[in-house]
Amino acid sequence: MATANIEVSETPLVLYALRRADDALILGHRLSEWCGHAPAMEEDMALANMGLDLLGQARELYSYAAKVEGKNNDEDKFAYLRDVRQYRNLLLVEQPNGDFARTMVRQFFYAAFADLYWRAMMASSDTTFAAIAAKSEKESAYHVRHSSEWIVRLGDGTEESHRRAQDAIDDLWAYTGEMFTVDDGERSLIDAGIAIDPATLKPRWLKTITGIVNEATLALPKSDWMQQGGRTGSHSEHLGHLLSELQSLQRTFPGATW
Amino acid sequence: MYTQALNSSDGDDRGVEDVARANQFQARIDADERIEPNDWMPAAYRKTLTRQISQHAHSEIVGMLPEGNWITRAPSLRRKAALLAKVQDECGHGLYLYAAAETLGTSREELVDGMLSGKAKYSSIFNYPTLTWADIGTIGWLVDGAAIMNQIPLCRCSYGPYARAMIRVCKEESFHQRQGFEIMVTLCRGTAEQKAMAQNALDRWWWPVLMMFGPPDQVSQHSDTSTKWKIKRFSNDELRQKFIDATVPQAEFLGLTIPDPGMKQNENGNWEHSPIDWDEFKQVLAGNGPCNRDRLAARRKAHEEGAWVREAAMAYAEKRKSRQRAQAAE
Repeated sequence: MATANIEVSETPLVLYALRRADDALILGHRLSEWCGHAPAMEEDMALANMGLDLLGQARELYSYAAKVEGKNNDEDKFAYLRDVRQYRNLLLVEQPNGDFARTMVRQFFYAAFADLYWRAMMASSDTTFAAIAAKSEKESAYHVRHSSEWIVRLGDGTEESHRRAQDAIDDLWAYTGEMFTVDDGERSLIDAGIAIDPATLKPRWLKTITGIVNEATLALPKSDWMQQGGRTGSHSEHLGHLLSELQSLQRTFPGATW
Repeated sequence: MYTQALNSSDGDDRGVEDVARANQFQARIDADERIEPNDWMPAAYRKTLTRQISQHAHSEIVGMLPEGNWITRAPSLRRKAALLAKVQDECGHGLYLYAAAETLGTSREELVDGMLSGKAKYSSIFNYPTLTWADIGTIGWLVDGAAIMNQIPLCRCSYGPYARAMIRVCKEESFHQRQGFEIMVTLCRGTAEQKAMAQNALDRWWWPVLMMFGPPDQVSQHSDTSTKWKIKRFSNDELRQKFIDATVPQAEFLGLTIPDPGMKQNENGNWEHSPIDWDEFKQVLAGNGPCNRDRLAARRKAHEEGAWVREAAMAYAEKRKSRQRAQAAE
């Protein structure tokens, strides 16, 4: 590959913005893979719509990270010129689409968190974050409604849809813990009132998840083992393939403007 | 994105209908009145429109695939967002058009089944592959450009629901066309490799785009009644000519060469093109274009693999209804 990776000065605030941007970009990318292949035209539109919202959030967060970093980076350099080890997204969002149930469970786990997260972040002392949160909150409210409705339809639909939804919950559960973890850098932002402590959201997240899962006649796994690593660049094997596709043109034609 | 003059004649069954009503209907058409779903209409008018509108809807849906092919690889986040929004719009256009077709009395499911079984057609253009990023610009510029040429007159089509759908579609389509042209401008002002990519895309798409307007007037089977009924307001060749005359200066602006060395401007200022390879057109319509099999396979796969999801939604809706009924009875 002709174009080298960029270097990023990961101060706590830059890293914080990049982590949220990467979540949104990678999940948006996964949703966009459905384009033209969804179970119904209405779902093609809904998945593209949510993918587009997430892509918009990623762009705002990358631009903010670039501004805070104050170097020569921008949204496209962050997206296209960092490799797997430099990406900071949750393991959850990089999981493959699988069948529609798996996509919806992944979406539901994330959106139920993002909805609470953005609402809380509207109170951030960082005005840019507060503004991004105010916009994102409107979008995540739609995403959580859409995915909740599907979890209920699938869980309480047919035997087959119930089985598929339960399998998806069982397989993705271990990736949900990472949403609530915090490292020292984030702790300093929390103490400064810039970030919110995600651990405080966990009871409400669990309440939402449990309510919907029960309504769907499904069950949450008993296991509390949680996989970690995305936030520090230790990803699953899936992300490399995703990035090689996402970054191919920028890597092949270095320095070109598109 | 587009409907095409691919309609084959269905035979004319108006003879068996009430002549007085048929005359009244034609008088309304001649007076430029809009026909609405509850109005009487000749069976052949209903059939022709059902076919044309549903083919148009199928084209929007199949048309998501060649462009969708580049969403995950779009070279910047801005381009990716625009492309994703565009493909989403196309799906919306498909939905408006199925709704318009349904006002004529055939369900969307039946219409979609016709497409999946290969009985109903969609625009020939979507059977060509998108091999480079420049193809995405070219599709916006030329394919959407051709679609607009064809759809603007349809905004005045005699059937109200179709005309109204076209007004909404055209607004979004012009926006896509400008975005596509802007991709081309960026490529043509970029590196030598980008410029070559743009030229190569134009070389591959030019002739297929001209074919989008349908067969030449002397062999177009459907034009007579469609013109008389004001479904069609310009002939295939007229629209094709209009498109070429509008496009040549755009290619010049980009510094690209139209792959037709024999093309020349006549005294009226119109550009005369070399003969179109109608054999290729027939092959593509017959299912033998480069991507026909892949496109249909992708749509069938989505439909089949999505069956359990649609069944789940139905089963849940049923359960909910019966629970509500039981509650009401308590």
